[in-house]
Amino acid sequence: MSNVVEVRNLTKSYGNVLAVNQVSFSIETGKIYGLLGRNGAGKTTIMQILTAQLFPTSGDVKVFGEAPYENRRVLSLICAVSDSQKYPKNYRVSDVLHQAAFFFPHWDREYAFALIEDFRLPLSRRMKALSRGMLSTAGIIVGLASRAPLTIFDEPYLGLDAVARGIFYDRLLEDYSEHPRTVILSTHLIDEISRLLEHILVIDQGRLILDEEAEALRGRAFAVVGPAAKVDTYTAGKHLLAREPLGGLVSATVMSNGDASDRKQAEALGLELAPVSLQQLMVHLTSEPSERKAVGVR
Amino acid sequence: MEYLIDDTRPIFVQIAERIENDIIAGELPEESQVPSTNQFASFYQINPATAAKGVNLLVDQGILYKKRGLGMYVASGARARLLEKRREQFFEHYVVTMLQEAEKLGITTEQLTEMIQRRVKVP
Repeated sequence: MSNVVEVRNLTKSYGNVLAVNQVSFSIETGKIYGLLGRNGAGKTTIMQILTAQLFPTSGDVKVFGEAPYENRRVLSLICAVSDSQKYPKNYRVSDVLHQAAFFFPHWDREYAFALIEDFRLPLSRRMKALSRGMLSTAGIIVGLASRAPLTIFDEPYLGLDAVARGIFYDRLLEDYSEHPRTVILSTHLIDEISRLLEHILVIDQGRLILDEEAEALRGRAFAVVGPAAKVDTYTAGKHLLAREPLGGLVSATVMSNGDASDRKQAEALGLELAPVSLQQLMVHLTSEPSERKAVGVR
Repeated sequence: MEYLIDDTRPIFVQIAERIENDIIAGELPEESQVPSTNQFASFYQINPATAAKGVNLLVDQGILYKKRGLGMYVASGARARLLEKRREQFFEHYVVTMLQEAEKLGITTEQLTEMIQRRVKVP
């Protein structure tokens, strides 16, 4: 069993709102996944189902080979950090760290205290007196020091300044290298974290629209610029993501199937080629108003 | 060092190119050790699997080789082979592109030769 998570035809509805719609995917052991999508796309719902905080309406969810509900073995292997984490009244930062030791079998106390120093988090401060960014930091420290075989960070850096985000990326990579584990990072801020990811899942309006290796995705999308007629000849039959006219010129963003022939053809037509970043690609994929689309995967 | 890597091309290809450049420039001499995958990952802030893919690309080409238990090393003759490869690419990447641009601007081959010579004379 090399898959940490198996999700088949997962659906979650609230009344007549489909929050998650027939989603299927697998999470392999020891990789860093990005679960990307816009606000309200269904990312958090999916993660709450994985961590048994919500029941699916239909579909099958297996985590470490078993259904996660009221499953102590499975839940002890997961650490889920979310931006809406609530703490008991009067808890101090130090209390949170002490409690975490009971929840997570792989908890590393020394590492947690080292992280407290790195992030300059005041140990004796009460949780309710922490700033938004400090609260996020506390969650990140618990997530990293838990060394949980499946660690989920749901939008972990709300209110975090650039320095703290940098420390988070550094420590995550460093600790992941030394203690390989499965990590799911959920966010709509793609540019900063995309290069940390090995695999990318994109959720849009409750559907999984992309499930692909991050490296295979880089460079797959590009823009061609040239006279409208030539650009349209080129884009005919291709996966067109965006088309923007500028006078007699047109800039079209296309998703290629990854081989070099698409680029060669554009060059042969005398079209100018411009690169498209992952962040831009995500924007194109998830910006169309409520039109369902499926991206050809592989 | 994030700015050294861009997000519009596969990162493993960029890592391989950076190692190649260091070998060509002599900063990574033949039979010297290359940084580990984890060192690349933390330096460029990239996923370690991606860094490993870049290194393995050069292993497959015989530019790097693995010493068991020690790490990755630059193979003997790697620099000469990279130079040859890059010289072939030079024609495609620079000469062909330059000629296309020159044609667009109405610069003749003679004028182009004259330009190159003018530049070469400047120390």
